[in-house]
Amino acid sequence: MSPASTATTGARETTLAKALNLALHDALAADDRVHLLGEDIGTLGGVFRVTDGLAAAFGDDRVTDTPLAEAGILGTAVGMAMYGLRPVVEMQFDAFAYPAFEQLAGHVAKMRNRTRGALPMPLTVRVPYGGGIGGVEHHSDASEAYYAHTPGLHVVTPATPADAYGLLRAAIASDDPVVFLEPKRLYWAKDLLDPARPVPPIGTAAVRRPGTSATLVTYGPSVPVCLAAAEAARAEGWDLEVVDLRSLVPFDDETVCASVRRTGRAVVVHEAQGFAGFGAEVAARVTERCFHHLHAPVLRVTGLDIPYPPPLLEQHHLPDPDRILDAVARLQWDTDPAGEAL
Amino acid sequence: MTTLGTRPHDAPGAVALLPGPEPRTLLDAPHGTAPLDPALLLRLHRWLVRGRRYNQQATALTKQGRLAVYPSTTGQEACQIGAALALEDRDWLFPTYRDTLAVLARGVDPVEVLTLLRGDWHSGYDPLAHRTAPLCTPLATQLPHAVGLARAARLKGDDVVTLAMVGDGATSEGDFHEALNFAAVWKAPVVFLVQNNGYAISVPLAKQTAAPSLAHKAVGYGMPGLLVDGNDVAAVHQTVREAADRARAGHGPTLVEALTYRIDAHTNADDATRYRDDGEVAAWRRRDPLARMERHLRERGLLDDAEAERAAAEAEAMAAALRAALAVDPRPDPTDLFDHVYRRPTAQLRAQRALLERESAAGPDTGETNR
Ligand SMILES: Cc1ncc(C[n+]2csc(CCOP(=O)(O)OP(=O)(O)O)c2C)c(N)n1
Ligand SMILES: [Mg+2]
Repeated sequence: MSPASTATTGARETTLAKALNLALHDALAADDRVHLLGEDIGTLGGVFRVTDGLAAAFGDDRVTDTPLAEAGILGTAVGMAMYGLRPVVEMQFDAFAYPAFEQLAGHVAKMRNRTRGALPMPLTVRVPYGGGIGGVEHHSDASEAYYAHTPGLHVVTPATPADAYGLLRAAIASDDPVVFLEPKRLYWAKDLLDPARPVPPIGTAAVRRPGTSATLVTYGPSVPVCLAAAEAARAEGWDLEVVDLRSLVPFDDETVCASVRRTGRAVVVHEAQGFAGFGAEVAARVTERCFHHLHAPVLRVTGLDIPYPPPLLEQHHLPDPDRILDAVARLQWDTDPAGEAL
Repeated sequence: MTTLGTRPHDAPGAVALLPGPEPRTLLDAPHGTAPLDPALLLRLHRWLVRGRRYNQQATALTKQGRLAVYPSTTGQEACQIGAALALEDRDWLFPTYRDTLAVLARGVDPVEVLTLLRGDWHSGYDPLAHRTAPLCTPLATQLPHAVGLARAARLKGDDVVTLAMVGDGATSEGDFHEALNFAAVWKAPVVFLVQNNGYAISVPLAKQTAAPSLAHKAVGYGMPGLLVDGNDVAAVHQTVREAADRARAGHGPTLVEALTYRIDAHTNADDATRYRDDGEVAAWRRRDPLARMERHLRERGLLDDAEAERAAAEAEAMAAALRAALAVDPRPDPTDLFDHVYRRPTAQLRAQRALLERESAAGPDTGETNR
């Protein structure tokens, strides 16, 4: 966490899940167009308790346990948005959001475009995503590439309670549809949150740790992993910069490229399988823009190109600090900036 | 194929949710029993004439290359007109790609209805101005929208009903099931209208479902299912109106199955002789919805030659205006492509827009990358 947040009055230690709960609470209180829809989000408060207490506070019409059908949840949310409401939809788990993909790609992403702006889609789709919580099959997918590949959607993923609060408020306030990816394994991670702090605009990355040797470009659940790798790298004499994208779409080329131009080396890190993954987009963008500043090819440290493994094997799939440091070691430290061997 | 009058009778002990054994007709009922007033019947008739002419004109425009494609509703005009005119202005229509006449009957400009099919944009009319959602091509996917909008209106305390249209084939889609279930659970003010024209492109209904009728599916959701003669504009109108009244009164959704037939091929690009025979088409021509309406009106003395000619002339004027408007080549502006992806174009889209502008200015390829 940036030390700045400690300076603000009203900051307190909060889990990421609680920060999301607070954001939903404050959005429901601030705007009666905001409606929550999902499975088990009412009395139970959601399987991750992100909507805990909200049905009691705002009633069943604002916080609705829907029939159990993801396409139906998102499809009816589209109709509600057409009537001027701001639905916030919860998908119970990443891999259970697939039935809603047709509505997402076919309508949520396209409605504004096909109607020339007459029907914007100010809705938010919250998706708990990623692994590392020992989930059995179908509970750990990192599906961000599907969403990021779909024009018309914004795709956002917080890594801190402060960003979780601010970005979710921004997503709900946005006139564009936002896929809001919540890193499951960070739900219980604690940090300081001050809800009064200004909301980070969607589309801006954050430098989590300044450094000079190389840039780790990452997001969501991999942010703490990269910060741990950066700590460990000090022993090797590397001072790594960590950029947290926060927003996959819109993509903050400026912050990423400014960092890579400074350090001259980059590794992209994410949980999702690497092939045709979001890291490929980052690597391509960085290469296209920063080629003459690069001392080495942009490398990727990602999940393996396999269906998400069973929980007892997931540690082999997920990027860890060792794998990240191995990649950093391959960044051609023995070449000069022109790429010639010394 | 579905044939009128061959439905199995309801099981004994059936509840009121079950459709009746015979589709409802009004035009063939003995004179005087039709509940619709003469002025309304004449209005429905004028719209049928206009709709028939619109289908013919639009199909002709595909042959002249003025439209990319046109899915005709010749033979289904009674469903299109009867249902759409049962709505109030403040209600919402959720049409499929085929429901151009229903959209027309909502007051949308005849040229704007065809924007999608001409190809200069996806949707050509203002959905908010006409309370009419864009023509929807992915089958059944607009049905949950109709449910969500109906629920939203109800939560706001607005008196709004939605009419959600769907074809027989599309009732096999998951979205059909989910939409009906959500609507019933929420008691949303929705009327679902299935136009059962017997085919999904080439596939007959017998390959879509083993249900006794599509209207029977309502029972499983806990809403009434109604069977109506889809070539009887009075019966369609009255049935949809009653279902809408029921929805308005807070009693929830209804599923209406209208039995009809697509006389033309699926679209101008389809060859219907590959999957159905002329005899079948001829049998349905004898049930032509426009001819039946005219017969009914003339028998009751409500329509004379002068009125019929007025309706034909008005339809002809509409067709002439459509021809004239579509004779002009549309010039869509390529830079529009970036304006409505998001509320504000992203930096990446701004760069791509600038590239396209340079390309347009330079003519041939500039060889730049598009990022
Ligand atoms: C999800 C989806 N699958 C396939 C298609 C291609 N398609 C367009 S129309 C059609 C047949 C639809 O039949 P039906 O629902 O009976 O409507 P009709 O064309 O008879 O009006 C098909 C398969 C589509 N538009 N959407
Ligand atoms: Mg059909």
